[in-house]
Amino acid sequence: MKQRNLNKGRYRGYHRWGYIFLIPFFLTYAVFALLPMLSTFYYSFFENYMSGLRMVGPRFAGLENYIALFAQGDLLKYAGNTLIMWMLGFVPQIAVALLLAAWFTDTRLKLRGTGFFKTVIYMPNLIMASAFSMLFFALFSNNGPVNHLLLGLGLLEEPFRFLASTAGARGLVALMNVLMWFGNTAILLMAGMMGIDTGLFEAARVDGASPFQVFSRITMPLLKPILIYVMITSLIGGLQMFDVPQILTNGKGEPDRTSMTLMMYLNNHLFNKNYGMAGALSVMLFFLTGALSILIFRSLARGRKMGKERV
Amino acid sequence: MSKNKAGRRGLSLGLRREQLPGLRGGLPLRRRQGISLRLRRGICYLVLALISAVCLFAFYILLINSTRAHSQIQKGFSLLPGKSFLANFASVWENKTILIVRGLWNSVLVASLTALLSVYFSALTAYAIHVYEFRFRRAAFYFILLVMTIPTQVSALGFVKLVGAMGLKDSFLPLIVPSIAAPAVFFFLKQYMESALPLEMVEAARIDGSGEFYTFNRVILPVIRPALAVQAIFTFVSSWNNYFTPSLVLTDSGKKTLPLWIAYIRSADFTKFDMGQLYMMIFCSIFPVVLVYLLLSRFIVQGVALGSVKG
Repeated sequence: MKQRNLNKGRYRGYHRWGYIFLIPFFLTYAVFALLPMLSTFYYSFFENYMSGLRMVGPRFAGLENYIALFAQGDLLKYAGNTLIMWMLGFVPQIAVALLLAAWFTDTRLKLRGTGFFKTVIYMPNLIMASAFSMLFFALFSNNGPVNHLLLGLGLLEEPFRFLASTAGARGLVALMNVLMWFGNTAILLMAGMMGIDTGLFEAARVDGASPFQVFSRITMPLLKPILIYVMITSLIGGLQMFDVPQILTNGKGEPDRTSMTLMMYLNNHLFNKNYGMAGALSVMLFFLTGALSILIFRSLARGRKMGKERV
Repeated sequence: MSKNKAGRRGLSLGLRREQLPGLRGGLPLRRRQGISLRLRRGICYLVLALISAVCLFAFYILLINSTRAHSQIQKGFSLLPGKSFLANFASVWENKTILIVRGLWNSVLVASLTALLSVYFSALTAYAIHVYEFRFRRAAFYFILLVMTIPTQVSALGFVKLVGAMGLKDSFLPLIVPSIAAPAVFFFLKQYMESALPLEMVEAARIDGSGEFYTFNRVILPVIRPALAVQAIFTFVSSWNNYFTPSLVLTDSGKKTLPLWIAYIRSADFTKFDMGQLYMMIFCSIFPVVLVYLLLSRFIVQGVALGSVKG
């Protein structure tokens, strides 16, 4: 304690460097993030859009943009699309990731070549999402390799038009999301599983528990904080889903806007200089992510508490 | 009763764990267990191989089709490469409307500068909060933590207006400079410093008469180099892959980055495209990152796990 006080006294003169070193971050943040955010909030209360070649507004309009956003009815449809495509991707992703993480951390299985597998499963996460979905568009096009293959194997009579059906388009988006994210999730869960005391597993084995019992009774409950974290971060990521459906459907969310996400909707408003509506939509998305973020912090805080108790 | 049992179990485990490492190799497993374990291992490898194949399938087809001529690709599916790799590359190189090579260069420029700025200034910010005991230290830390989960997209409207007002449309600056304030990179580096940067080191540098800024540049940065490298890779990749922000800023074809060209290709008439060239263009967008990843995959996979354990 005394030592600490001494140190404090000795270094008081250095404290100003703390402030100086923080200047670049806070200055940049204020100009390029905070200011835009505040002006987004501000513009959400203004009527401001392009009508032909003429700019209308900005004119103060109160909550009109928000009312219009809900009255149009598209918002809920696109929110639903986003949620459905997120779920379609998240469920298989978490299932595969849990399985892989359990296998990779199993001390009895002692799998070889895990380094190679980890490299392979993580790779799609780093690929440019837009190029990846352009690739899928080419592969799954009416005259593309996948249809060629299915025809060649005799599984199909005529090419299946993936992007003309709702299930096909949503399924492809979900498939890409799974491929891009299951490796990342598996590695996160693996790190969580390695934090579990191996003694617990061995004790269970000594007591004759089957691998499934070990997984469901020990691994899963102790992994809960990380699972919650993974799920909420994934949901926040899901809300931002843009590149994949945007490129895959050329920004149209075809067929019949059933693969249009909230971010594509926002991008459309921005692109058409429909600023008032874009602002209102951004504010809604802000509060939605904010609420989810609070859940993350809560789960993290709880996880930390649990960790401390265990130690 | 149950407490007693747990205690006993713990004791027996303590013994077992001490003995296990020496005995594990020589200890004959019961035959039934051995077979079931071998079977389980076999299933694991089979499933892993299958998953890897699914992961790699799309990339393999991409690689194959980028070596085949348009007519070959139209004829059907193939697992064997063709001989048109160079011809396809030449047609991409000479394309006067879709400037992929130019886009490649723009992407490299933007992504490298972004990674550099982001890593350097995040380290500086983390250093300020880690080392100096100034009054708003905790407040600054929690502020950055708080804004970490706010997606950049929700302030896109304000960002577009700001960029317009500053006259920075079609400039790389609005893509590069904001990366000085990167909360996630900051958070990772802060955690790393807590575990790997003793304050005595700073003290020693002071005693040797080193200035604070000099200490940071010449003493601290080399020590945290591994963390800097991991974060630089991640920042580079996410900037390289970014489609949303550049699409709001860049419209000039000399300035477009790769994801914008991908979007352009997608919006062009697909049926009239030279497919060999198309696959080559996708190849050019994906390949550089895959190459870097394969060279550095061990660090990257470790980095993902590290971020999660500490986060």
